[in-house]
Amino acid sequence: MTQTRDDNLVCLRDVRFAYGEREILRGIDLSVRRGQVVAIMGGSGCGKTTLLRLIGGQLRASAGSVEVEGRELSDLSRDALYALRRRMGMLFQFGALFTDMSVFDNVAFPLREHTNLPADLVRDLVRLKLNAVGLRGAEALNPAELSGGMARRVALARAIALDPMLIMYDEPFAGLDPISLGVIGQLIRRLNDALGASTIMVTHDIHESLEIVDYVYFVSDGRIVAQGTPEEIRASADPFVHQFVHAEADGPVPFHYPGPPIAEVLLGGETR
Amino acid sequence: MSRTALDLWVGFFVVIGAAALLFLSFKVGSFSGFNSGPSYVLQAPFDNIGGLKVRAPVKSAGVVVGRVSEISFDAETYRAVVRFTVDARYAFPRDTIATILTSGLLGEQYLGLDAGGDIDMLKDGDTVQMTQSAVVLEKLIGQFMFDKAAE
Amino acid sequence: MSALPDILRSIGARTVEGIWRLGFAARFFVLVLLYSGQSFRRLHLTIRELYFSGVLSLLIILVSGLFVGLVLGLQGYETLQRFGSSDALGVLVALSLTRELGPVVAGLLFASRAGSAVTAEIGLMKTTEQLKAMDMMAVSPIARVVAPRFWGGVLSMPLLAALFTAMGIFGGWLIGVVFIGVDDGAFWSQMQAAVDFRYDVLNGVIKSVVFGIAVSLIAVFEGYDCTPTAEGVSRAITRTVVSSALAILALDFVLTSFMFRGQS
Repeated sequence: MTQTRDDNLVCLRDVRFAYGEREILRGIDLSVRRGQVVAIMGGSGCGKTTLLRLIGGQLRASAGSVEVEGRELSDLSRDALYALRRRMGMLFQFGALFTDMSVFDNVAFPLREHTNLPADLVRDLVRLKLNAVGLRGAEALNPAELSGGMARRVALARAIALDPMLIMYDEPFAGLDPISLGVIGQLIRRLNDALGASTIMVTHDIHESLEIVDYVYFVSDGRIVAQGTPEEIRASADPFVHQFVHAEADGPVPFHYPGPPIAEVLLGGETR
Repeated sequence: MSRTALDLWVGFFVVIGAAALLFLSFKVGSFSGFNSGPSYVLQAPFDNIGGLKVRAPVKSAGVVVGRVSEISFDAETYRAVVRFTVDARYAFPRDTIATILTSGLLGEQYLGLDAGGDIDMLKDGDTVQMTQSAVVLEKLIGQFMFDKAAE
Repeated sequence: MSALPDILRSIGARTVEGIWRLGFAARFFVLVLLYSGQSFRRLHLTIRELYFSGVLSLLIILVSGLFVGLVLGLQGYETLQRFGSSDALGVLVALSLTRELGPVVAGLLFASRAGSAVTAEIGLMKTTEQLKAMDMMAVSPIARVVAPRFWGGVLSMPLLAALFTAMGIFGGWLIGVVFIGVDDGAFWSQMQAAVDFRYDVLNGVIKSVVFGIAVSLIAVFEGYDCTPTAEGVSRAITRTVVSSALAILALDFVLTSFMFRGQS
C-alpha cells in the first residue's frame, strides 16, 4: 500500500498504552487516509476503544506518536485540542445522548455550544441532520422513547452536526437487529462520502463492515496482526483472519483465558 | 418544563428566601447594624461583678445605651475592671454611679448607669469612680441571718 | 496466617486512597471555580439548577421547619414554665434555630434531598458516557454540567436555611402563643432583645453558606468521581449523604467554637 504522508489524516506510530500495569496496546502502527472508511477489528477487550480515545485525545499514549492532520496530539494545549475536537465527531457505543434533552436539543447541542447561529438557522440545520439519518419526525421525542437503533442514528446526527472532518464510531453495530444494522452501515458510508470526511470505526461485525469499508486493521493482544482491503481480507490465508472471518471458536485467538490446565485445577488439590 | 415557568419558580424561591432573611434580621433579631454609630469607652472598678458577662447591655433608666466590652482583674487592687462602650449620642456626668443589676429575679445581669448632677461629662477612657457591686444572694442571706440573730 | 501485615497493608492502602481522593477533590474544587466564569456567562444553566436543588427542596424544608418549631415550642415551654419564665419561649426558639438547628438540619435535609439527586444525575451521565461525549464535542463537562450544579447548591442553601429557621420560629409561635397562650408581645419583644443581628443571625447565615459549599462540592465530586456502573452510582449517592452529614456536623463544631466563644 502506497501512501504519502500528506494523504494521512490520522497517523499512529508505535503507540503503546497501559492502564496502570496492564498493558493494553503494545506498539500500534496505523494510518487513515482522507476520504477513507477504515475499520479496526478484533475481539472484545483487545484495546480497540482505547485506540479511538487516543485518537480523540481523551487518553494520552504512554509511548509513540498520535498525529491528526499532521499535528502531534500530546503537544497540543487543551484549547488547541478542543479546537481540533470540534472537527471530529464521535459516536459512542450506546449513543450517549443527553437524557435531559429532547432529540432536537441533542442534535442542536454542538451548534448552540460552538456557534452563534440564530435560532431559526439552528432549527433548519438540525432538521437537515435529522433528515439525513431518517428521523426528522422524531425531533420532539425524548431519548428514553427511542429504540437502540434510533438512538444511535440520533447520536450520529449529533456527531455530524458541525460537519466534521473525522467521524469515529465505537461499535456502531452492537446489539442491532439485521435491518437497523444495514441502515447504520449504509449511513456510515453515505455520510462519509457526502461530507468528504474520513471515518474510523471500531467493530467486531466483520460481514457488515467488509461491505462498506476501504481498509481493515485487525488488532489482537495490543498489536496489529493483519491488515488489508476487503478483497485482500476475504482472500487471506492468515490464520487469525481466517478464524475471525469464519467465526471459529478456537484458533490463534484462544477460547480459554490464560490459566493452568483444567486437570490441574480439578485434581491438583491446591485451592487458590 | 418550559423556560418561563422555571424562571418563575426560581424567582419565587429567591424572593421568599430573601423575605425569610429579612424577617430574621428585623423581626427576630434586632438589626442594630454592625456596632452602629460612633461610641466611646468607659471603665469602672467593682468589688464583685457577680455573673456579669461580656456583651451584657449597659442601661440607663432602662434604656440600652451601650455594651460591656471587656472584663478583667486588677491584680494590684484585687478588684474587677469592667470596660464598656457607650453610644456617642449619650454623655454622662462625672459623678454617675455604675451598678450591676439583675433583670428579674433570675434574669441576666446588666450594668446600670445612674446619672449624677456634675457639669463635667465623662470622656473616652475615663473611669466611673462610684460603683455598686452585684448583689450576691449568699451574702444577702448571710446578712439577713446575722441580723436576725442579733435581734 | 499473617493477619497483622494484612491489616497494616489494608490500613495503608485506605490511607493512601483517602489522601489521594482528598487531593483530587481539592484539585477538582479549583477546577470548578476556574470554570465558574464560563457557566455564569450562561446564567440559565445555573438558574435551572437553582430550580432543581432549591425549589424542589422547598416543600421538605418548610414542612420540617414547621415541625421542628412545633416540637421546640412544646418542649421549650414544658421546661421554661418550671422556672416560671415561659415568656422566654421566643428567645429559646429563635436562638436555637438561628444559631444551630436552622443551618444544621436544613443542611442535612438539603444533602439528602438535593445533594443525592445531583450525585445521581452526574453519576448517571458518567455511566452512560454523556460526560465523555460532551468532552469529545469540545464542551467541558466541568463548565457545562458540574459548575452550574455546584453554584445552584451554594446559592440555594442559605435561602433554604433561612426559610427553615423562619418557618421554625413560626411553628414555635404557633404552639406557644396561639395554642398555649404565652403573651404575644413578650414572645416577640424578648426574642428581639436577645437575638442579635450580627452575633446570631449573621453567624447562622455564614454557617449555612459554608454548609452549602461543602455539601455541593461533595455531591458534584462524588458524582464525577463515581465508578461508572449502576452499583458505583448507588455507592456514590450513599457516600454523598454520609460524608455530607459528617462534614456538616464537624464544620458546625468548628464554626461554633470560633463564633460563640466570647459569650458565656
